[in-house]
This record gives sequence, structure tokens and C-alpha cells, in this order.
Amino acid sequence: MQITVTVNGTEHTRDVEPRRLLVHFLRDDLGLTGTHWGCDTSNCGVCVVWLDGTPVKSCTALAVMAAGREVRTVEGLEQAGGLDPIQEGFTTCHGLQCGFCTPGMMMTTRWLLDRNPTPSEPEIREAISGQLCRCTGYANIVKAVQWAAAHPAEEVPA
Amino acid sequence: MQVPAHFEYEKATTLDHAIELLARLGPEARVLAGGHSLIPMMKLRLAQPDALVDINDLAGELGTIALDGDELRIGAMARHAELLASAVVGEHYPIFHDAERVIADPIVRNRGTVGGSLCQADPSEDLSAAFAAVGATAVIAGPNGTRTVPVREFHVGPYETVVGPGELLTELRVPIRPGGGSAYEKVERRVGDWPVAAAGAALWLDGDTVGAAGIGLTAVGAAHFAAAEAEDFLTGNAATDENFAEAGRIAAANCNPVADQRGPADYTRHLAGELTTRALRRAAARARGQEG
Repeated sequence: MQITVTVNGTEHTRDVEPRRLLVHFLRDDLGLTGTHWGCDTSNCGVCVVWLDGTPVKSCTALAVMAAGREVRTVEGLEQAGGLDPIQEGFTTCHGLQCGFCTPGMMMTTRWLLDRNPTPSEPEIREAISGQLCRCTGYANIVKAVQWAAAHPAEEVPA
Repeated sequence: MQVPAHFEYEKATTLDHAIELLARLGPEARVLAGGHSLIPMMKLRLAQPDALVDINDLAGELGTIALDGDELRIGAMARHAELLASAVVGEHYPIFHDAERVIADPIVRNRGTVGGSLCQADPSEDLSAAFAAVGATAVIAGPNGTRTVPVREFHVGPYETVVGPGELLTELRVPIRPGGGSAYEKVERRVGDWPVAAAGAALWLDGDTVGAAGIGLTAVGAAHFAAAEAEDFLTGNAATDENFAEAGRIAAANCNPVADQRGPADYTRHLAGELTTRALRRAAARARGQEG
């Protein structure tokens, strides 16, 4: 069936089978491979994207469920040619080693900072508790989020 | 790579439309809410429905959480995260906040729904025990209008409910009575996992006496997710730690756990009793205003 999904502000229309998972629609149909595909069981969280402004695990959503809705992926974090503070934080604080979990981690923690600009460490750890990182032990991920909280993006003049 | 079998997909725009679609698509159609139980089952080919009726557009119509007179009304499309964030739920039934904090993880809770959790009817599901403890009523809509079912009669067996072909669960209604306190206690292998065992308690105190008690149990083979014999023991008895311990012993003796990958039966039975006692103590403290 034909669906139109707005991804990072751009409308995309494709023919998909109803059983197509959102993660595969993003990666294979739209070529947005920043969203990763990991455990396939809604445990690991590498596939987290925003659906209508809320982080969801895209391995456990059908592409057709996103029809007419807005999706934001890691490719949509960068604004006007500049990295999002959360991306800067992961870079500055070495918030990754292999990088496999990083897109999902950044989508979740960007959402956290939008709702809670100054989260405590327990709040950060709770926010990423549905995501697995097998490299860092999470310490540098927490530091990366704290860095981003301390360096919010400057308001862009209208 | 896990891929569901083929199915037909329809998106419902209203409750009436959903019921029309279910009637047209037949008994092998399934309702798709948050999808966090159904889609994994379909990916594993444990479920192969002919058709799905997506009700996510009904989140406004069926997702409301509100007080209505002396009832707390929880829409079937309310997401776990919304139940956890609801101040009115926390004020009247903290048992739901206790339970939601230990259901899955924050991202899954953004998507999974209250109604979907109950309709999946997993014998280890948390909210089934919480709703059994508080004596909720399920509202089911179908082609002939709506009907209500006490939540303790909602589950027919594992993965089976009284929701028939062409019907869908629309709402849970929970009576509000003064003097109450409630709590949920769970033991899990790792954060966000299904319980090894869990117990929910709701108590209404009349001074130092238990006026009414509701005890829900999950993952321990309790009939109707409840500990009816322990409730009977407590009702009219003194609200003391000794009686809560005895209620735990009665609950443990009357459940029917089986050994599984989460633990042996004797351990699970032990937990059923201990968690029942702890939930009762905490519910009583809350009823007395001693704990938030």
C-alpha cells in the first residue's frame, strides 16, 4: 500500500507491504542508515526514532503506522549545518566506542533534554535504561548528556 | 531478521469505524494498539492474524485518563507513560505508578498501551494484577453496543480474554472509595523484565480494621490474577503486620506457580507470599497517610 511519511521535515511516498517494519523502511527504502537495527526484540534501543515527537523503537512499529505522521531520525538532529549539542557532547566526552548504540542514545537523550534541560544523573540513566551499550559502561554517555545540558544550542534569531 | 507473515492493514478513524472494520475483516482480524505485544508475536510467527485494525488514531477518543464522579476512567489507548505521568492516578491509586515504574523501559512505555497489555493476556503481565487488586471493570465495545465485565472475569486463560470477535476493549473503570491505599511489589531478574512474581494490594481501612482488601498476583498461576482467600481472611480483621504476613502465607498457599526460565516453583511461591505481605504493609501505610 502507498504511504506518505514525513521524515526529518521531508515527505516521502513509497509503496510498502503492511508488514514492513519502520526500521527497514527508514534504512532500506529511504536509505537513512543512521538508524540502526539491532536485537529486533525491542530490547536494545539502537533503532530509536521519534514518531510524532516521541521516541519509539522502530523495530516494533510498522511503517504503515507512521503514514501521515512525522518521524525524526538521527540524520535530523543536525540543524542548519551545525551539530546538535547532544552530538557535540558525545563527540567531546567520548560517549561512544563502536558507535552502534549511539543514534538511539542521542535520539532518546535529545528528547530528555527537551523535556528536562537539567536532568540529574539518575534521570539520565533512567532515560537510557531501555538502551544497551556494550562498550562504554554508560559513564561517558552520561557525561555526554551532561555536557549537552551545560551547552544548550543558542537561540537562532527568527 | 524477523518478519511478520502477510496481513491486510486498515487504519480506523473512529471507534465505530474500528467496529465496522472488525466486522468486515472477520474473526482472524486483530486490533493493533501500541503493537508492543502483538508485533513481537507476529515477528516470531506466534501470531498470524489475517488483518490488523490500527486504532492509534483513536488515542484521543480512547486514551483519556480522568476522574468521573466516583470512578477513575482509564482509556484502553492510554500509553504506559501516560498512566505513569498521570497525577490523578498517583493521587488515588499509586499502585499503578508503582507498577508502571517497573514495566519494560521508558521507550517501550511511550508506545505500549494499557488496553493492549490486558488484551495480550500474558499470565505474567503486571497491570492485570494491579487492575485485579483494585477491582476494576473492563468496558468492551462491539457491534451491539458496549458491555462491562469485572476485570477478574476478563481473562479466560493464558493469552485469552472474553473480548470476542468484532469487539475491542475501550476502557478500564476503577471505583474510588475513601480511606484507601494501594501498592505494587515486583521481583524481576533485571530492570524492566517480566516479573518472577509480583503482587498488588489495595486496602480500605476503617480505623484499625480492614474494611475491604484487594490482592492481585501475577506470574504465579493465581486464578483471575487474584488472591481471593487472602482477601477474605483480611476483610474485617485488624490491619496489623501479623495479619498481613498471614495473608501472604494464604496467598502463597493458594497460587499455582510452575517452574520456568525465571525461577523454580518453590521460589516463585515464596515470592508470592512475601510480596503480598510487603504490598499490604505499604498499602496500609499509604491509607494511613504515612507514605506517599
